[in-house]
Amino acid sequence: MFDLDPIMLARAQFGANITFHILFPTITIALGWLLLFFKLRYNYTHDEKWMDAYKFWVKIFALTFALGVVSGITMSFQFGTNWPGFMATVGNIAGPLLAYEVLTAFFLEATFLGIMLFGQQRVSNRAHTLATLIVAAGTTLSAFWIIVLNSWMHTPAGFEMINGQAHATDWLAIIFNPSFPYRFTHMLLASGLTVAFLVSGISAYRWLRNDRSASVMATLKTGVYLAAALIPLQIFAGDMHGLNTLKHQPAKVAAMEGLWETTKGAPLLLFAWPDGEKRMNHAELSVPNMASLILTHKLDGEVKGLNEFKGAHPPVLQVFWAFRVMVGTGMAMLLVSWLCVYSLKRKPTFIKPLAYTLVAMTFSGWVATVAGWYVTEIGRQPYLVYGVLKTANAASAVPSALIATTFAMYIALYLALIVAYVSVVFHLARSAGKPIPATPVTVLNSLLETA
Amino acid sequence: MDNLANGGWLPVAFLALMGIAMLAYVVLDGYDLGVGILLRRADDAQKDQMISSIGPFWDANETWLVLGVGILLTAFPLAHGMILTALYLPVALMLLGLSLRGVAFEFRTKAPPARKVMWNWVFYGGSLLASFSQGLMLGLYVTGFAGGAAHWAFAILTGACLCAGYALLGATWLIIKTEGAVQLKAVMWARGSLLLTGGGIAAISIVTPSLSEQIFNKWFALPNLFLLAPIPIATFILFLTIYRSLQRLPTRLAAGNEYGAWVPFAATVGIFCLAFYGLAYSLFPWLVVDKITIWQAASAKESLMIIFVGAMVVLPAIIGYTAFAYRVFWGKARALTYY
Ligand code: HDD
Ligand code: HEM
Ligand code: HEM
Repeated sequence: MFDLDPIMLARAQFGANITFHILFPTITIALGWLLLFFKLRYNYTHDEKWMDAYKFWVKIFALTFALGVVSGITMSFQFGTNWPGFMATVGNIAGPLLAYEVLTAFFLEATFLGIMLFGQQRVSNRAHTLATLIVAAGTTLSAFWIIVLNSWMHTPAGFEMINGQAHATDWLAIIFNPSFPYRFTHMLLASGLTVAFLVSGISAYRWLRNDRSASVMATLKTGVYLAAALIPLQIFAGDMHGLNTLKHQPAKVAAMEGLWETTKGAPLLLFAWPDGEKRMNHAELSVPNMASLILTHKLDGEVKGLNEFKGAHPPVLQVFWAFRVMVGTGMAMLLVSWLCVYSLKRKPTFIKPLAYTLVAMTFSGWVATVAGWYVTEIGRQPYLVYGVLKTANAASAVPSALIATTFAMYIALYLALIVAYVSVVFHLARSAGKPIPATPVTVLNSLLETA
Repeated sequence: MDNLANGGWLPVAFLALMGIAMLAYVVLDGYDLGVGILLRRADDAQKDQMISSIGPFWDANETWLVLGVGILLTAFPLAHGMILTALYLPVALMLLGLSLRGVAFEFRTKAPPARKVMWNWVFYGGSLLASFSQGLMLGLYVTGFAGGAAHWAFAILTGACLCAGYALLGATWLIIKTEGAVQLKAVMWARGSLLLTGGGIAAISIVTPSLSEQIFNKWFALPNLFLLAPIPIATFILFLTIYRSLQRLPTRLAAGNEYGAWVPFAATVGIFCLAFYGLAYSLFPWLVVDKITIWQAASAKESLMIIFVGAMVVLPAIIGYTAFAYRVFWGKARALTYY
């Protein structure tokens, strides 16, 4: 059974790891800023509800951060082991970007995290607020560097190839490569939406359990308003992102649209089953001319089809469906968040069906984010660095049996940790309203305080 | 030394940087992994006290590993591929251990109380697995990935020895950061791990030259023998210092006198530095023993220069705010609360 293709295994392993990893940064990036918001609200209003909100969400932040760190460390090892050809070819560009991420962002957030989480009694309130700000800025900075690298892999710029190796010629062009502004904006908004739905989902859950303290209502409103404000921005940013991709990676857009032949007045497919073998779609359901309208802003604009890129386009089925999952989730987010705002404004109290819907959508941000990354990453195939390096040429020499064993170990670990994470988040929500039972920690705490 | 002219100093600078990062990692994460290894021996309230002493620091401590591996990856990509491919399995085990340990920090206090016992075990198991695999990696690395039963036996020895060394770091750290019963227990743990560490280092020092001709020649060629002699002598003195201090501490601590409580930890850090220096001396300039030197493995000069300049600007800041964080949490550990 171990004659599995090592390249496929290395890809699957890397894909599984980064999928697991991205779940947690997506939350910590925006949750850091939201905690800062709670903290500042408390500093200005001295209303205890904001402190309660901070105290509750900082626990979830700490938990999420720990998962992000340990999975990130795994990533940093796999980068070299699974893709030696990547560093050999573009290491001169990827290296400095990764190094700057570690130096400027990882140390900053990791060090001040300690002060943010446990230093409240040891530093002034000002210093503690500052530590919270630094942690939030650190996670965002780390996202900045890694998205620079990732965007450069999609739209490489500012380099020349010498003897098969990329050498940097213009660092500003590398950092602000053509897809970077779109991808960074879209990712930060994705993070904001994920957190908005997490916060409103958990608050709605507490509300449904009759925990209707001022702090729960405050976080529910914060989450819902945040979601309602961000989702139109995200849809607009996504549209711009797509137009930019059309310019630089037309094959990816053709795969997202499931369009085989170059067409004037291309339809928007609502449903279809693309078939890579026969190079056609089954069971199409479409809106005529819509795709042309969205992509070219003309009803009969021409959109390039996949057949123009035979042999060098990504697998269609995955990209097509991942794109629909993302956009579908985005539309659901729009509907639900606006309905909730309407209800919160109009009704004296929140209504149950909406609360249940919010609970169901607690982790909907994860779904859209992972689907979005699949569109982006699978859509870049067969390239690892678009037009520069093919994925197959970057794979590792580690024997398949070894990869397969560790892969199985990682999958088991990740599944267990995701289950533990989600159940502990809900457990924290359940126990938040109640007075905390005496655990060794609280006992020790009171002992130390009296001592 | 034409290697050093014409930008050839950059690989040396990066080697030094990587060395500093790795040493910082071993000492810093060493003490918190050590506390994890000792966790099993304490009762429940003491476990909380022990973990409070490392809670604010472990994440930043682990970042030194990311930096060390990052430099290996970015400055010496050729060696990175070779080393991490050869160490694929121990690395995977280490990552498993670090992951389990890292998440257990959070889960043990946030999961329903009934699960806490399980997460404490995970914390202990993860710490032990990570420490042992790091020792395993060191053993395999020093022998140039030669393979074979003798080399694996040696690697298992270094694995066990590193666990003892981390336990020593952890126990001596606890002497500084805790009080009461745990502190006295920590003195006992330190005594036990001191003997194991001492035995381990002696065994490794005897076996190492017999496993690699390269290292044998370096140690026993004539001027070197005298240049190296201070290392074992200083190590021996440090061992004695720790030993005597551990003899005196219990009565003093029981009387509430903290004088000299930091001595065992400081001396242990000294031992780690010396061992590291000896190792670096034995291996230089090889990145993979007998296979790749640092000059053969380095990346393009312009890219190294960019990272170097950045590192020179940012590292002092990192050291500065790390010192600040240690100052904030100076003194005895208090229970970890978020407010
Ligand atoms: C800095 C680099 C980088 C970043 C930030 C990401 N990726 Fe990626 N991804 C890669 C670098 C990469 C890669 C090394 O370039 C891979 C390996 C194989 C490939 O084609 O690209 C890849 C492949 C890859 C695959 C497999 C695609 C295939 O083989 O067909 C998946 C599913 C993902 N990624 C998912 C993600 C997710 C969920 C990310 C969210 C954070 C993500 N990637 C960010
Ligand atoms: C290419 C793949 C990636 C690698 C090699 C990688 C590496 C790492 C590492 C080593 C850490 C731990 C740092 C620490 O000790 O604090 C980490 C955490 C983090 N990563 Fe990644 N990462 C990758 C992808 C991403 C992406 C795509 C994003 C964001 C969009 C991201 C954002 C973050 C953030 C914000 C953290 C902070 C810790 C946390 O939030 O839990 N990373 N990553
Ligand atoms: C509803 C309208 C949306 C549109 C039109 C849209 C559009 C796009 C497009 C075209 C891409 C691929 C870009 C490329 O690979 O070059 C993308 C990627 C992505 N999307 Fe969306 N998106 C939408 C909603 C969302 C939502 C609601 C989320 C998450 C909450 C999200 C998260 C992501 C992420 C994380 C990526 C990958 C990173 C990136 O390339 O930016 N998207 N989106």
